[in-house]
Amino acid sequence: MSNHEQAALVRQSLKRRYRKERRFRFYGILAIAIALAALVTLFADIIGKGYTGFIKTTMTLEVRFDPKTMYLEDATDKDAFSMADFKAPLLAALHDVVPEAGDSDDRDLGHLLSSYAANKVRDTLEADPSLLGKTQTMTFLVSDDVSVYVKHADDPNYSIQLSEKQQGWVDQLQERGIIQNSFNDVFFQNGDSRDPGHAGVLGAIVGSVLTMVVTLLLSFPIGVAAAIYLEEFAPQNKFTDFIEVNINNLAAVPSIIFGLLGLAVFINLFGLPRSVPLVGGLVLTLMTLPTIIISSRAAIKSVPPSIREAAEGIGASKMQVVLHHVLPLALPGMLTGSIIGMAQALGETAPLLLIGMVAFIVDVPSGFVDAATVLPVQIFLWAGSPELAFIERASAAIMVLLTFLIGMNALAIWLRRRLERRW
Amino acid sequence: MKTIKTAVASVAVAGALAAVSTPTLARDTINIVGSSTVYPFATVVAERFGRNTKFPTPKLESTGSGGGLKLFCAGVGTEHPDITNASRRMKPSEFERCQSNGVKDIVEVKIGSDGIVIASSNKAENLDVNLKELYLALAKQVPDPDGGDKLVANPYKNWSDVDSSLPNKPIRVMGPPPTSGTRDAFVELAMEGGCEEVANIEELAGDKKDEVCQGIREDGAFIEAGENDNLIVQKLASDTSAYGIFGYSFLEENSGTLQAATINGEQPTQDAISSDAYPLARSLWFYVKKAHVGVIPGIPEYVGEFTSESTWGPNGYLADVGLIALPRDARVQQAKNAKAMTPMTGDELK
Repeated sequence: MSNHEQAALVRQSLKRRYRKERRFRFYGILAIAIALAALVTLFADIIGKGYTGFIKTTMTLEVRFDPKTMYLEDATDKDAFSMADFKAPLLAALHDVVPEAGDSDDRDLGHLLSSYAANKVRDTLEADPSLLGKTQTMTFLVSDDVSVYVKHADDPNYSIQLSEKQQGWVDQLQERGIIQNSFNDVFFQNGDSRDPGHAGVLGAIVGSVLTMVVTLLLSFPIGVAAAIYLEEFAPQNKFTDFIEVNINNLAAVPSIIFGLLGLAVFINLFGLPRSVPLVGGLVLTLMTLPTIIISSRAAIKSVPPSIREAAEGIGASKMQVVLHHVLPLALPGMLTGSIIGMAQALGETAPLLLIGMVAFIVDVPSGFVDAATVLPVQIFLWAGSPELAFIERASAAIMVLLTFLIGMNALAIWLRRRLERRW
Repeated sequence: MKTIKTAVASVAVAGALAAVSTPTLARDTINIVGSSTVYPFATVVAERFGRNTKFPTPKLESTGSGGGLKLFCAGVGTEHPDITNASRRMKPSEFERCQSNGVKDIVEVKIGSDGIVIASSNKAENLDVNLKELYLALAKQVPDPDGGDKLVANPYKNWSDVDSSLPNKPIRVMGPPPTSGTRDAFVELAMEGGCEEVANIEELAGDKKDEVCQGIREDGAFIEAGENDNLIVQKLASDTSAYGIFGYSFLEENSGTLQAATINGEQPTQDAISSDAYPLARSLWFYVKKAHVGVIPGIPEYVGEFTSESTWGPNGYLADVGLIALPRDARVQQAKNAKAMTPMTGDELK
């Protein structure tokens, strides 16, 4: 075949080959577009549903602590205090701002305020007994029905539970600035509550942090030590091969299995209490360990042999080679792997279900053996609640969780950029 | 060198942590487990109790009725729960299990009722069925509609195929999966109830009667929609051809967008459920471990809060979240029992 003929053959197929390449590129772009569209839809849905979760609706009232209607002559008298009527001053204040409501409307009127408004009156008076007989301006959360009406009156997904009469009152109070929307600080100050207005993520965030601390403190040192031993010291034989296969398999085990293990070992055998961050952290440690070991081994492997040889050449012992030279160079990769493993653990619910961390816990936990729940579990619990106002709370909590996850992943990327050395 | 020190330090901290973890079992918080149906009511009581008394807020786990009773009956001691909620009565076998594990004195409290509703979007045509029609529409096997004496795989496609009075549209019902207590109750009340009304079911099914009466069709007409009732509610709003099965409190919360089917001529109203006139009504319960009274602080006070008129009465705060109150006499009787902490004998379950 002459050169000329060959060139003709190439020219013939050239067009087809270019077309093939263009098609291939198009498929790639299409795949990315689909992935991006899914992501954008997800975010738009969550943010669209959840941004109202960061808004609270409050009512500001002039509350007169009237000793007569409260049946309380002396606010320092403990017995009288426990029998006092703390709802009465609220009703009186509501009648003041809604003059058209009659005596028969007490129930409808009282329903505008959150069910814990009377507790706030009691706590205020208990803290300062001298207020009895005086008037004070106080801000209360409204009931979730009012909150849903104020925020979602035009949204067909929400059904309005207020009567026409109540809607009229709320419209009017809103116009006069007595009912107002503001940033929902309560959401970041409280634990769980069955009243959506009082429900917050602080308890879940603290629970998550405590659990993650246990997980990090256990899984990072154990994982790194295991990786160093397997990579640097362990002899190459059937037994270490067997361990390696098992670690790789463990990384793919469904997380609920680790929950079952935790229940059997930590709770039933060791007698640790249910629902505590300590056990949650132990279970998540088991789950994260394989990820950390695998990524740490990869990081150690990527340290060039010349470094080891140079260290050995000037007389360093094996131990010195590893600790002085290999480990510092592999550490950024190990950290990245650990952070990604921790981010995975942060979003996990299934294993926690079995060790009792899926629970209604109002008080913010203060230690490793206090009953606690974690962020993803809180989302799960709210998403299943009948009250409509919890839908937006769940979406808002998803945003908080995503913020943490994005933060952790960003940290991993930053660490890699900053510390990693290229060879 | 710095890295080594950090590594050693973190191992030391981890070790210290493990040392602290040796069981600190004394607890002062009431632990409650049990039914996910009672959970929304019990959590409200627990939170009020925590806010209004000096006791800490009880911890509530939603484990399902069966799971709760299993944990509850595992033994006496602070590592076991103090109270379990149930959306059905304790079974004699569970009582036996409790007894054999040393949980001798159990106080039973009936707290109210809950109805299972079949609902649709209020833009859809509403359903008016009886239990037999419901069984025929949803069972896996039904008597041959062409006569004959054998059971066939459910042939009904449209509601009007079951009975001409029903809407002429495809049978599509979304309901809870078999792990759910609501599903258990639905099968027991609706499916088995409807099955009984099929005249010759005994001879048709023979000793397979339980299997036939409890089997729900798997050909796509019944859609398992997961444990989350909110999901079913959301789907109903956008899909006017489907019906959904869930608890009464979800109907009440969404009364603006949903309507309930009439069953055996009864709408699921407060009165109809409380008086058992509505066929898909069930009772809700909780069980108290008497041995823990006095050990864990606050148990009698919690039970007292739960059984007070302002809590579970028709105007109480549980009514606001959808609990259907017991009749007055029953409430008085139950509250008296609970106050005296009268334990069960086991005979009442037989």
